[in-house]
Amino acid sequence: MTENLMINIAVIILFLPFLGFVVTLLLGSKIKKIYYFENFVLFLGLAGSIIIAFGKLTSFDATTITSEFTWINLGNTPIMGEIKINLGILIDNISTLMMVVVMLISFLVHIFSIEYMRGDPRYNRYFAYLGLFTFSMSGIVLTHNILMMYIFWELVGVSSYLLIGFWFEKKSAADAGKKAFIVNRIGDIGMFIGILILFTTYHTFTFDDIFQQISQGHLPFDSGFWLTITGLLIFAGAIGKSAQVPLHVWLPDAMEGPTPVSALIHAATMVAAGVYLVVRIFGILTADAMLIIAVIGALSAFIPATIALTQNDIKKVLAYSTVSQLGYMIMALGVGAFKFAFFHLITHAFFKACLFLGSGSVIHAMHHEQDIRNMGGLRKKMPITYYTFLIASVAISGVPLTSGFLSKDGILAGSYAFANLTGHYLFPIVGFFVAMLTAFYMFRLIILTFHGEPRDKEKYEHAHESKFTMAMPLVVLSVLSIFFWYTPNPVNPEDGWVLSDWIKAPQLYTPENTRYEFMVPDEHTNVQPGSEEIMYSETYVEAMHAIHIPAMILSLLIAGLGILLAYLFYQWKRIDVGKLVEKFKGLYNFSFNKWYFDEAYDATAVNGTLGLSRLLGRFDLKIIDGIVNGTAYITKGFSTFIGKFDNVVVDGLVNFMAYLSGFIGLVFRRFQTGKVQTYLVFVLVSVVILLFIFKSF
Amino acid sequence: MHLPYLSLITFLPIVGMIIVLALPKEQGKTMKITTLLITGIQVVLAVFLLSNYNYSLGGIYDQASFQFVEKFRWIDIENFSWIGRIKVDYFLGIDGISTPLVLLTAIVTFIATLSSWNINKSLKGYFALFLLLDTGMMGVFVSLDFFLFYIFWELMLLPMYFLIGIWGGPRREYAAIKFFLYTLLGSIFILIVMIGLYFSTTEPMADGTKAFTFNLLAMMDPNNATATGILSALNPANLRFAAYIALFAGFAIKIPMFPFHTWLPDAHVEAPTPISVILAGVLLKMGTYGILRVSFPIFPEITKQLVWYIALFGMINIIYGAFCAMAQRDFKKLIAYSSVSHMGYVLLGMAALNTMGISGAILQMFNHGTITAMLFLIVGVIYDRAHTREIDGFGGLAVQMPVYTGFVTVAFFAAIGLPGLSGFISEAFVFLGAFGVRLIRVVTIVSTLGIVLGAGYMLWTLQRVYLGKLNEKWSGLKDLNFREYAMFIPLSAIVIFLGVYPSAMLDLMNTSVNSMVQFMQNIQVYYSSINVF
Repeated sequence: MTENLMINIAVIILFLPFLGFVVTLLLGSKIKKIYYFENFVLFLGLAGSIIIAFGKLTSFDATTITSEFTWINLGNTPIMGEIKINLGILIDNISTLMMVVVMLISFLVHIFSIEYMRGDPRYNRYFAYLGLFTFSMSGIVLTHNILMMYIFWELVGVSSYLLIGFWFEKKSAADAGKKAFIVNRIGDIGMFIGILILFTTYHTFTFDDIFQQISQGHLPFDSGFWLTITGLLIFAGAIGKSAQVPLHVWLPDAMEGPTPVSALIHAATMVAAGVYLVVRIFGILTADAMLIIAVIGALSAFIPATIALTQNDIKKVLAYSTVSQLGYMIMALGVGAFKFAFFHLITHAFFKACLFLGSGSVIHAMHHEQDIRNMGGLRKKMPITYYTFLIASVAISGVPLTSGFLSKDGILAGSYAFANLTGHYLFPIVGFFVAMLTAFYMFRLIILTFHGEPRDKEKYEHAHESKFTMAMPLVVLSVLSIFFWYTPNPVNPEDGWVLSDWIKAPQLYTPENTRYEFMVPDEHTNVQPGSEEIMYSETYVEAMHAIHIPAMILSLLIAGLGILLAYLFYQWKRIDVGKLVEKFKGLYNFSFNKWYFDEAYDATAVNGTLGLSRLLGRFDLKIIDGIVNGTAYITKGFSTFIGKFDNVVVDGLVNFMAYLSGFIGLVFRRFQTGKVQTYLVFVLVSVVILLFIFKSF
Repeated sequence: MHLPYLSLITFLPIVGMIIVLALPKEQGKTMKITTLLITGIQVVLAVFLLSNYNYSLGGIYDQASFQFVEKFRWIDIENFSWIGRIKVDYFLGIDGISTPLVLLTAIVTFIATLSSWNINKSLKGYFALFLLLDTGMMGVFVSLDFFLFYIFWELMLLPMYFLIGIWGGPRREYAAIKFFLYTLLGSIFILIVMIGLYFSTTEPMADGTKAFTFNLLAMMDPNNATATGILSALNPANLRFAAYIALFAGFAIKIPMFPFHTWLPDAHVEAPTPISVILAGVLLKMGTYGILRVSFPIFPEITKQLVWYIALFGMINIIYGAFCAMAQRDFKKLIAYSSVSHMGYVLLGMAALNTMGISGAILQMFNHGTITAMLFLIVGVIYDRAHTREIDGFGGLAVQMPVYTGFVTVAFFAAIGLPGLSGFISEAFVFLGAFGVRLIRVVTIVSTLGIVLGAGYMLWTLQRVYLGKLNEKWSGLKDLNFREYAMFIPLSAIVIFLGVYPSAMLDLMNTSVNSMVQFMQNIQVYYSSINVF
């Protein structure tokens, strides 16, 4: 396979879903079966992505293939110099793996949806939107520059808006779509300002050009501080999209969308885009930036995990669990465990999609019942759903022989090693604690949903196992949650092809004095690009090796403890949950009400904005327009006054003059007698007077 | 020598007006078709101009690189009482700054004609005034002589006044008078500065003498300044700063810039739909066009001093307009305030005084023209059917009118700058340009809040009107008819095309924008060399 061929296939599979979107949208109302086209297109996309991945990983393992074209060319401009905006695609191991994940899950979700969405009045439109989403997501994955990343980033936002609010007749769904878009945009502002800084400094959007210039010591505003800020601003985009604290509030609400959408967008792909973005810019993150990223990640792992403990909506539990797992990935990136972060992204995508689709299968069977308090005992009715759900739950809990064990253990070990080197022990503590919470709430979910006696008999009676098109994706995804796809050694992922071959350690571009010490590689001769030595010092590699076994044992114990507690609470009922809740009423409410994030935001940001808008609206009407109308009023008043003045004084004067002349006329009329003699006398007298007057001259 | 295309495109509507006036009163349909034909030919002419446009010529200050130039002496009086020689040129020409706006005017007027089909009150007067307005708008964008520019500027005022005042809503008289007086106030400022500039600029005549001139290009050349002119930089006691402020205020009223914007919501709410479309689509751009064409190149040294304030007002427009829009309950008023917000981006981009900023500003003018035209048409469609614009009175229209809602989605997302649609690239360029200028960087960062606020009020409106349960009251509303398709499809096509391929427009203006940026820089150097400031 040649590079050109791979580029061509990549471009084709990028635009295939877009074609599906356009065709399905435009013909949707005319042709009932047009959704088959969308599904077929996705199948081609999946095939293409696998071909590329195969070609890339076998023939071009270490090379990065890019291809670009000039989208906008302003030429040589007077002040800003040469301005050329290139768009293009980048094929490296990360992007090809990600493409396979996106296409595979998207394809499975398409298949699942055929049955799940049947009977919906906007059936074809739904598939069209899925196509738009897949297109946008592929764009994020394949881009070689940050502008195109932003473009597709926003497109993902809008397709998510459309899909969350797909049942827009429900107010809660419409609200959730709007909330998702706006909250995401808040993060995007940060990302956009970050892009502004990058472009102003480097006059290009292309990742590689920017990275090369940074590695040559050309920093934004010539300071390491601003490099940190830039990295964090771009990371703000990831906070929004990956639903990290404090912008996580949109994700649980997004569960208003159809459940397959939740599986595709809000578990496996879109929310992973934030992590993917950080993966892409990892090479320019300074130590300060990484520390803050790790803190955000740790908070996002911890807070939602505590919320998930008490939720009763099956999808809400999974949603908070998603935020928590994404927090793991972000934290892993922050502590430098790059490979494991991306590895966890992949494994999580599969088992979380499986969990969501499983919950969809349950909801479908229970006629849109989502409250786990009304479930129970479904194991017998829905064996396939149950066992696939169980496998995925075991995986997310980090039990050996699953993929989740491999990746999560790596993250925990990474944070432990990081703590050993830098002294930030809070990260591993949070990591291990959250691992226990995860195991607990996942098994609480399983026990309440599938075990025990049915609590809503009527719905239980109607429940049934899902059809093949819905069951097949579950099976595929759960099988993908087992270790052997990733490594032959179930306890050490480092032996496997994914970590040792496919995911490469990234090149770092930051100046060495802004990095962690352990991320300054030792002087080596003959370093293979992509090997560990390119990124870490030997101390770190040694620390990782030293920590591997203890971390593994610890995480095993902790996962076991979580599962055990769940059984004690809910299966064997050895501990009375009700009593415990009574005892810790405050804590329970705090968790049940999601730490009051929504309330706090409503009280401050939302109401503040709305209040301000009303205030300014009134200000505009009363003050600004008031001044205009006031001016008009004064002018009018003044003109009335002038009018009066004109009428009374000026006209009065005129009238007075007229009156005066009339009066004078009246006086003089007396003289006009009409008698010639009198006139003659007047004339004579006048002449005499005149003579007297002129005599003096 | 080519045909006088620019005169043709400018005065063609006058021909139409005469035809409309000559038609008997009952021939309403013929009047509509005449107007549609005339505006249609205008679009064809505009496209013809575009296809024969030479992308490598800059224009701006240099007559030789203007295109489709028509220039001859119009008024020339040798000894006009104490003034001496008075001369006015008939001087038309287009460059990369005016061509997009000529195209925009043609397109928006054509669409507005289609949208005028529902007008049924004294058609003769309506279409006659409509066509007169068309001439006025087109004239402003093609004139290169200040006097001529001013005449066209005033020419469009009168028909606008009547179109709002006669065919408008319940408070039409108030709105029309407010519009008229406010704009007239602006015109007076412009008039005063124009006269001041006239007596400060001389142009060499064929016979070797020098005479005062209204030629805008001559005014840009500092060599033409008289030694004692009141607005001449060579005069140590010149009033250029005050004149700049006055001129800017004159144009700012039209944009409309905060705090001169309050005529806009009233005018929009009362104006009939097609007039709103023209008002927002074309008229507002005259303000920013005037600043680019007149204020900037004639007063570059003062522009340089004031960029921070221009950017600040841009920021205020963006943020303040967005907040005000959020507070509105009348759909049309909301869109009117969104215009205030979006025109702020134009101001911000111009203040950057670099290629990306100014390109972004012009592109934003064009994009705002098409997008806002769509938004007002959207309001019009619903007002025609429901006879109300109360946002909270609707709900769930997406079920009842799916195709219409599809166009709504395109327009709304274009307005909030979704990539792939035209609004994104102009906003991004404005920000990229403005952020590159250290002086206005902080202002630019604050302005990015507009991205979120815009999404906020637009999506909130989208939800309240189109999503949710269908309000039973509206279950009888029909989806779009053929004529409405004909309005929405071309505009959507432009919005999508320019979103995907913005170079179509950027290449058109690039040479001119570059030469403008270069010119402003050079002239600033010149002014500092003669030590006027």
